[in-house]
Amino acid sequence: MTNPTKASAESETVVSPATPDAAGAAPAKAFQGLSPRTIAWRRFRRDRTGVISALVVLFFVLVALTAPLISAIYGKDPYTLYGQDQSGLLNDYGFPIAPNGGMSGEYWFGLEPSLGRDVFTQLVYGIRTSLLIALAATVLSTAIGAAIGVAAGYLGGKFDYLVGRTIDVLMSFPSTLFFIAFMPVVFAAFYRPDESIPSWARAFVLVVVLVVFGWAGLARLLRGSVLSLREREFVEAAKVTGASPMRIIFKEIMPNLGTPILIQATLSLPALVTAEAALSFLGVGIIEPTPDWGRMIQRGTEIYGDDITYLIFPGLSMVIFVLAFNLLGDSVRDALDPKTKR
Amino acid sequence: MFRFLVRRMLGAGAILLIISAITFCLFYAVPADPARSFCGKICSPTDLETVRTNLGMNEALPLQYWHWFVALFVGRTYPAWGDCAAPCLGYSFTNHEPVLATILDRFPTTISLTLGAAVVFLVLGVGAGMLAAHKQGSLLDKSASAISLTFSSMQIYFIGTLAMYFLVRQTGILPEPHDGSITEDPGAWFSGLLLPWIVLALIFTANYTRMTRSSMIEQLSEDHVRTARAKGMPGRTVFLRYAWRGSLGQIITILGIDLGSLLGGAIITETTFNLHGIGRLSIDAVVDNDLPMLMAVVVVAAGLIVLFNIIVDAAYALIDPRIRLA
Repeated sequence: MTNPTKASAESETVVSPATPDAAGAAPAKAFQGLSPRTIAWRRFRRDRTGVISALVVLFFVLVALTAPLISAIYGKDPYTLYGQDQSGLLNDYGFPIAPNGGMSGEYWFGLEPSLGRDVFTQLVYGIRTSLLIALAATVLSTAIGAAIGVAAGYLGGKFDYLVGRTIDVLMSFPSTLFFIAFMPVVFAAFYRPDESIPSWARAFVLVVVLVVFGWAGLARLLRGSVLSLREREFVEAAKVTGASPMRIIFKEIMPNLGTPILIQATLSLPALVTAEAALSFLGVGIIEPTPDWGRMIQRGTEIYGDDITYLIFPGLSMVIFVLAFNLLGDSVRDALDPKTKR
Repeated sequence: MFRFLVRRMLGAGAILLIISAITFCLFYAVPADPARSFCGKICSPTDLETVRTNLGMNEALPLQYWHWFVALFVGRTYPAWGDCAAPCLGYSFTNHEPVLATILDRFPTTISLTLGAAVVFLVLGVGAGMLAAHKQGSLLDKSASAISLTFSSMQIYFIGTLAMYFLVRQTGILPEPHDGSITEDPGAWFSGLLLPWIVLALIFTANYTRMTRSSMIEQLSEDHVRTARAKGMPGRTVFLRYAWRGSLGQIITILGIDLGSLLGGAIITETTFNLHGIGRLSIDAVVDNDLPMLMAVVVVAAGLIVLFNIIVDAAYALIDPRIRLA
């Protein structure tokens, strides 16, 4: 369990010589050991759901990366108020005249009610905001969680106690409530009430609060693993040969933690995408005019009675993205875990 | 057991103390003057001064926290506004009464919402998870897994609003969600919470299905289950007495965490369906800059989370004799 990838490598190399004839071709090749990574990759490729969801995720990432290009080809941007500049698009109440939220050959996904911005480009640019914040928060909280968790597990003593209690406190915080209460406080500390807060500052603070509450789970998980790894024979052996603590942590213990870290990271990214959207929905995340899925959904829930289309596009995009990422996470876990049979 | 409870209660007290201190400092140490927001838009300097002395805001921050803390046990008297009885969590800036009264007033809605949804998602989620584990690999298992994965990727603010549109506004199948009291009008209470229960339960059901399924399957592959089967124990007994009992601990753990956080305010659900529970109260407190209210809601919510953690651990020990409470 503690060294799943290595265990699977051994079992496959042991098994393969027994069945060279069954495999048929090139018995010499069957004797060759495969690296754990190659085995995991092969298992993953055989998993159809995993491959499809990986492609979907890749598609979203590509769209995010090429957003300016898409917008240039499509000929619109997410900021221009098309509905207000041109007549005949929005009615007197500010809702699109064309059916289904103003969907047409010109405006593929329709127009935003009252402001009259293009929904398609907002959606495309919105991926960037959501994904960037979630990615930054995932990378940072994984790095911090791994560092603190491993250090606490390995060093033990007072440091471990301190980390343990900090995690207890963090995990007892009602985090959503704290976010919505705390965000205005942070802004009040740095900006005067009449000053407008730039988007990057909002995004930065969002990432910081998500990381502050995000690292604890992984740290607790890894601390437990390290506690048992620390007592294993190969660590003992390394200690006897005079390896420094740094070497033991990075060369002996860390390679065994790659799998749980990777799985946690793939599961936490979609969770953070929705968390960011939830905060924007509650009005403390990203605000106008930055395109963002959560902000679009928030506006969509205000006017859903009159124009449901504006809610459906960002909402559905997020469901598809999160679902694909969750499926991908499951497949990654299955591919890395030798216990699963496929 | 008794020693365990005492020890954990002390630990919980320490955690709450730290959380309240951190929250207090963060909220009260910022430049935005709380007294000014209490005083309102038109506020003469003398009025402001009265408010400040009343709230004890001219004192140092640690001293202010001390007063807040002591008031929890002995109550507090605000010179101009009157008394705030023993478990005094503060005095609201907006509705000018002790915050505890407001919280207790809103709490029934949150409790109804949480417990009603919990009944639905426990029955459906655990039931579906057990069925899926029992018929592992079958069409039923695959569809249950697919449906639950899809729903667990949904968000309340999205499907909740969609349900509002299609089931309430367009077709009128379900009544508009509203607050109600179970003692005064059970019918209205039930119909008002029906949609929130369903939507909240949908998302949680998905989690419980997945978790129950995987935990049951894990239990079924344990050695003691194999031994029981080898000895000829009927499949049903193995399934219910061994595997089910083994996975109960995990289900209770997650249930405790979920109940603790939901009771502390289902902020998004309450906002989506316009219900006035604790979650909505906290949003209003943020908007109105009502610091004592916010402070109290954070502490109450954290207290519930901590309390349910202890309940979970105690329940775990009761279910699983291998676990010993120290």
